[in-house]
Amino acid sequence: MSTGLEQLYQQIILDHAKARHGSPLQEYLGAGRAGESHQLNPVCGDEITLRAGVAEGNVTSVTWDGAGCAISMASASVLTDLVQGLPRDEVLSLIDAFREVLRSRGRIEADEEVLGDAAAFSGVSRFPARVKCAMLAWVALEESLLAANA
Amino acid sequence: MPVVETPVTLTPSDAGLTDAEVHRIRNDFPILGTEINGKPLIYLDSGATSQNPVSVMEAEQEFYEQRNAAVHRGAHTLAVEATDAYEDARTAVARFIGARTSELVWTSNATEGINLVAYAMSNAAAGRGGEAARRFAVGPGENIVVTEMEHHANLIPWQELAARTGAELRFLPVDDDGALRLEDAAGVITPATRLVAFSHASNVLGTINPVDELVRLARSVGALTLLDACQSVPHIPVDVKALDVDFLVFSGHKMLGPTGIGALYGRAELLNAMPPFLTGGSMITTVTMERAEYLPSPNRFEAGTQRISQAVALGAAANYLSETGMGRIEAWETALGARLVEGLEAIDGIRVLGPRAGMPRIGLAAFDVDGVHAHDVGQFLDDRGIAVRVGHHCAQPLHRRLGLTATTRASTYLYTTTDEVDAFLDAAAQVRPFFGAK
Repeated sequence: MSTGLEQLYQQIILDHAKARHGSPLQEYLGAGRAGESHQLNPVCGDEITLRAGVAEGNVTSVTWDGAGCAISMASASVLTDLVQGLPRDEVLSLIDAFREVLRSRGRIEADEEVLGDAAAFSGVSRFPARVKCAMLAWVALEESLLAANA
Repeated sequence: MPVVETPVTLTPSDAGLTDAEVHRIRNDFPILGTEINGKPLIYLDSGATSQNPVSVMEAEQEFYEQRNAAVHRGAHTLAVEATDAYEDARTAVARFIGARTSELVWTSNATEGINLVAYAMSNAAAGRGGEAARRFAVGPGENIVVTEMEHHANLIPWQELAARTGAELRFLPVDDDGALRLEDAAGVITPATRLVAFSHASNVLGTINPVDELVRLARSVGALTLLDACQSVPHIPVDVKALDVDFLVFSGHKMLGPTGIGALYGRAELLNAMPPFLTGGSMITTVTMERAEYLPSPNRFEAGTQRISQAVALGAAANYLSETGMGRIEAWETALGARLVEGLEAIDGIRVLGPRAGMPRIGLAAFDVDGVHAHDVGQFLDDRGIAVRVGHHCAQPLHRRLGLTATTRASTYLYTTTDEVDAFLDAAAQVRPFFGAK
């Protein structure tokens, strides 16, 4: 097996693709407000509906329903683990950092200290056709957080 | 000067191409010798776009180097030569499908051909073209019929036509295996039907639809027929007169030609009565400040400067296919299609869409891998240099009907070898283990 494929499909990604932390989508019953976003990649039909709860400036909950490739589903699962309990503003910064890595065509290596397991998606940036897959849940969370604040 | 020279000398025969011939044919396609991810390219995406033989690329280059000029205007020698090349190509492509030269309209692609007819029909509905064009008009109380397996190109233009005119869009459903439910046809195609538009060969299922039966039904209620022949004209012998359809569209880039060129066939009496879609220069006889008179077909549908070099190259592609022999290409690809389906059906967790092994199909197979998304299947295969199509193949309603959102499709052509199909099958068998699908 070539290193390219293994770089893309790291074990942690294959594991999260099956585990799907945060799925299924649930009603937000916590304090504060919730925002929701539906994202669709028309190229491959991957889609996600994600709901985020925000209370006192912190992300208190992320749940989602999704259908799609291993990259998109693993990315949603990793994201869910990463952002629980973090300040909303910090999460928005993480989303920006993740986007920058993915759009870098392999030039920027993800900082594992900052992005945790999501750093495993660095390899995706060398596959431009798959960047949208990895970004799908992150864009959904970004919109959900904006909606929760509206 | 001939548009194309015979690329290889083939033994005339009704049998399919031989392995040796396919290997010689491959020498005409430089791209087939390239590597992808360090592996020899195995190109199984000809259903999306085919590769070009040297003779096609040379025809386009030779046109620009020696004959480039505006066509159908200007009296200088170069303009005459350019016009001859352009019209010779039209004759070659028309002959390729059994049409008369005046019955072949150049379009950008099949999509534009379908839109041309759809817009001509709504122009007729708006009263353009007078009494002669009444037969193209649709409106409230009337309907247009498509099938549930259509490519979006043969669905959305009709949705739009229905929305513009108040006509109803109906569809002939497919069964759980994707076959047309012909038993429902009599209830769908009614005396209020003005047009039945359907694909000849499905780009997803690989089935060849019963043209005879649908044309008979359409004709019995006075409806026009339009055949989407994108997946048939490049791969099987097509004779528009034998099919007896009113309109037929296909794309150049799926039949060894360049992108940016396709064609619409229409019966001459229809094309000459149908209002134009795009209007402007080169399609008129007399113009005043108030109105214009239009040329007969095909020029009445070719407004503005045309795709001249692409047309010339498509003529070369049609000649390449004719000289190789469409019957022999069909036989070769049918064998490849059977090999694909038999091999895929033998793999645990893979479901092939469309006809089972042993049933007729063209040389392609779309399939679902249980537990692995099509995008991941395609990525795995790409790593081995194998190019396939993943996604909904521009047929979302069909996928939805079959309970799927995305599938993987391997499609062959005259240059595909049995070794390539076997290498693909070998890789396909390793997909589920790699992703740990249970």
